[in-house]
Amino acid sequence: MFPAVLLVAPVLLAGCAGDASALDPAGPGARAIARLWWVMFFAAIVLFALVMGLFALVMLKPSVGARLPAGRWILWGGLVMPAPVLMALLLVSLVQGEHLLAREGEGDPLRVEAHARQWQWEFHYVGAEGGPVTVGVLHMPVDRPVDIVTVSADVIHSLWVPALGGKIDAVPGHRNHVRLVADRTGTFGGLCAEYCGTGHTTMRFEVKVHEAGAFLDLLERDFAE
Amino acid sequence: MTQPRGSEALRLHRQLTAIWGTGPGLARLAAVNHSVIGKRFMATAAIFFAIGGLLGMLIRTQLASSQSPFMEEGVYAQVFTMHGTIMMFLFAIPMLEGLAIYLLPKLLGARDLAFPRLTAYGYWCYLFGGTIIIAALALGVAPDSGWFMYTPLSSRVFSPGINADVWLLGITFVEISALSAAIEILVSILKLRAPGMSLDRMPIFAWYMLVTAGMMLVGFPPLILGSILLELERAFDLPFFDPARGGDPLLWQHLFWLFGHPEVYIIFLPAAGAISTFLPVFAGRPLAGYQAVVVALIAMGFLSLGLWVHHMYLVGIPHLALSFFSAASALVAIPTAVQIFAWFATLSHGRPRFSLPMLYFFGFLFIFVIGGLTGVMVAMVPFDIQAHDSHFVVAHLHYVLVGGFVFPILGAAYYWVPHITGRMAVNHLAKPAFWMIFVGFNVTFFIMHLTGLRGMPRRAHLYPAEPGLEIFNFVSSVGSFIMAIGFGLVLLDFALHFRFGQAFRRNPWRAQTLEWAMPTPPPAYAFASLPHVEARADTLRPDDVGAELAAGRGYLGFVREGRMETLAVEAIGGGVEQVVELPRPSYLPLITALGTGVFFLAMLFKVYWIASIAPLLIVALFLRWTVGRGRQGDTGPEPIGRGISVPSHFESRNAPSIWATLFALIANATLVASLAFGGLFLWISAPGWPPPDMPRPDLVSSLAVLAVLAIGGVAALGGVSAGAAGRTAPLALTAAMHAASAGFFAWSAVSIADPTAHAAAATVFVALCYAALHAMIGFVFACYGLWRVSAGWVSPARLLDLRIGLLVHLYAFAAGVITLSFWWLLAELGAPGGEA
Repeated sequence: MFPAVLLVAPVLLAGCAGDASALDPAGPGARAIARLWWVMFFAAIVLFALVMGLFALVMLKPSVGARLPAGRWILWGGLVMPAPVLMALLLVSLVQGEHLLAREGEGDPLRVEAHARQWQWEFHYVGAEGGPVTVGVLHMPVDRPVDIVTVSADVIHSLWVPALGGKIDAVPGHRNHVRLVADRTGTFGGLCAEYCGTGHTTMRFEVKVHEAGAFLDLLERDFAE
Repeated sequence: MTQPRGSEALRLHRQLTAIWGTGPGLARLAAVNHSVIGKRFMATAAIFFAIGGLLGMLIRTQLASSQSPFMEEGVYAQVFTMHGTIMMFLFAIPMLEGLAIYLLPKLLGARDLAFPRLTAYGYWCYLFGGTIIIAALALGVAPDSGWFMYTPLSSRVFSPGINADVWLLGITFVEISALSAAIEILVSILKLRAPGMSLDRMPIFAWYMLVTAGMMLVGFPPLILGSILLELERAFDLPFFDPARGGDPLLWQHLFWLFGHPEVYIIFLPAAGAISTFLPVFAGRPLAGYQAVVVALIAMGFLSLGLWVHHMYLVGIPHLALSFFSAASALVAIPTAVQIFAWFATLSHGRPRFSLPMLYFFGFLFIFVIGGLTGVMVAMVPFDIQAHDSHFVVAHLHYVLVGGFVFPILGAAYYWVPHITGRMAVNHLAKPAFWMIFVGFNVTFFIMHLTGLRGMPRRAHLYPAEPGLEIFNFVSSVGSFIMAIGFGLVLLDFALHFRFGQAFRRNPWRAQTLEWAMPTPPPAYAFASLPHVEARADTLRPDDVGAELAAGRGYLGFVREGRMETLAVEAIGGGVEQVVELPRPSYLPLITALGTGVFFLAMLFKVYWIASIAPLLIVALFLRWTVGRGRQGDTGPEPIGRGISVPSHFESRNAPSIWATLFALIANATLVASLAFGGLFLWISAPGWPPPDMPRPDLVSSLAVLAVLAIGGVAALGGVSAGAAGRTAPLALTAAMHAASAGFFAWSAVSIADPTAHAAAATVFVALCYAALHAMIGFVFACYGLWRVSAGWVSPARLLDLRIGLLVHLYAFAAGVITLSFWWLLAELGAPGGEA
């Protein structure tokens, strides 16, 4: 069993890298979620092993388990074991969620409106001179929060940038908000997560994260044209 | 078939078979027997499972490589939509209904369910609705907006074809069977038990089904309402979901998941109930922690109704509100853990032995625990931001549904198919088949968690040609073929079983529940006489009990005037209360289902003049059901054996049909509550409120119709005792008030200038139609009451018809009052300045 795991593990880990992978984070938000995932993953392995181990025990050596009265089994396994784990997890994710889902506009963000339609993404850089718009590419500066407001012109879409840990639906008639922060430059994949018709598969975009100066240049020089 | 010796038992068997049996040839279409209908449900569901499985294989074939030209996107959309739709609505729900229909009377010690014709009608609705959907698939016009049919994608603008209508109408047609089964199961469990079986002596499976049926009763109406509203929007342009006209796409999501989340537990609980029934048999002792399990079930039932929003974390709901639903979702893990540890306690305090059902229990435990753990993960808002709508969720839901339903049901099949066939399994193929399914499943879906986190969204038919995604997807596809071969082996295994299985005498598993206290395959009447239960019904001795009952030494061990009789008890205490006379086999369920099908097909093909006549046809057919049912003279208490006499249900104050009416009205009230929720939700959430032109109720006519409703209510209350004395005036007054109320509401509805202008007007329009419809239904019931009184079917002892009518009248009048109040409320809120 073990050699097989050793063989498979590098393949798995290599397979997790990529420009649109939640497990290859490029920002603090995505990194926090990835950390939460790995913690939950290993905790789940422990709990799973515990449950299956107990099953093996009661099937193979019922006499051991018979020493514990039935009521105790149910009390310990059904309540005492899961309750603290769940409480701790809920608390952590409540705090993390509050942190991740920052209120719109806090901390001098760049403002972008993402206009979704069948089947493309259009990004409007709110407040920038000349009202620049890019199609299929979202430019953003490194280390500065970007507040994206999603709107839809037709059906429900969902903006997802796995490497930056952000996803939010674009619902017709509603304006939704998500905050993306990148802490390294590069190009990351973005896509539509909600099924939106036959072009859903192709409704992808790129996120280009630039140094702050380069980003300003881009805004002033290239977009203004 | 095995028979106890003795000419008395044989004579009784022949007499009972003559009146309970289903006829040969075409008479099979008239079958109402629970064993027959239960088997039909399960067999039909198995066929749909095979079709859904094949569609799943097509999906995995497409995704085996990143740029596969196997299917083009439009076909792929139909395939994944139909895979989900079939598995949920045409396989899982009907399969559990079939299992419950087949087993419950036998576990509870009754001869049949409370409403055999309703069971048959439900089956035909399921079959016809499912056939419409499959036919659409064969013709290439299947639904294609995903199994949860999010609007506006499923609206007329973005899905102009018939595809979405097939879903909305076909599924609603099928859901008739879910609602009728829910009512049937609730009433049968609460009333049709063996004497002495108090609630706390019920076999645990009945508790599971009681909670499940309760969830179905309030879970399905929001979906049915949502489907009606969306179909109204598609067909008649009433803008409930159109944000440009005061509607909101999120309303659909709320209505859908209000159903959709309880749905998961509706599917899981019966499967867990099967485990709780067969696991103790292989542990060699009764279930430990019976009471804790019952409490856990009820807790699950309530919790499941309060966590639908966890499907909607990313639609823009504030985080603190999400946290509430997140906590509720995580807490469901606790009642689940209680059940698992009750099973462990049972095993550890018994002498567990391994067998095929237990092998499937192992498969269930392994897979379902992983699904539960990933369920807790996706319940956490931050993690769900990444996982939502990705293949992680696809993996999670398959772990929960296949682990939580398919594995236990296969275990249950190996446990109970011998009951159906009277033969034991052959068992050469069963183990390899299990391991292929188990290994294939895990290979397919375990790695899919990573595929999702690696950035693979749901429902994409192509993906970037990166090594990670390609390897993961290829592994999944290989696993799915292994799994499919495993399912093929199971099919072959059962075919061999039916052909070559060895007949056994009785109770092969040494079970302690009543379904084994009868010959196998079971006779149509199930029990030759009915037992008296004096202990928990999973601690009985079926071998001894079965011989006693077959010899006619229980209750009703005789045939009285060719009637199909069974007993009903006090709902809680289990004291014997009445003899229930069940209806004979009949073609009416089939004909009525065909009539219902005419309505749905007319709606589907937009032949609205037929669609508006069809309901009259359906009402006429249902009225035909009542002809000849009842008694024209009082009989008084009738002997049931053991020196006891009880009244017939026609003379009882607690007849099963009273309960059924009550449950039907609860489901109906849930529907109208969902509509009210919808109106208020739109006022709070939708853009474009307040509406520019709100239809307003008129004070004078409102007061007048309130008076009509009040007079009608008082007349209805007086109608029962008056009818008992042969006086028909109050009933006639009730009918007149219904007619007046129907006229008012219908007139109000048509006088709304333009219900398509704004969702507010459309909502009021639908509410008014609802009130008018119920006034008409009340009118029909009042006329029916008048006929029954004048034709001599009613006496001071035989008030069943009038008492059912009373419930319907009061509901219809209350619906009028509520509709009127709702209109006033919405008009006030929708007035300029009433902005949320």
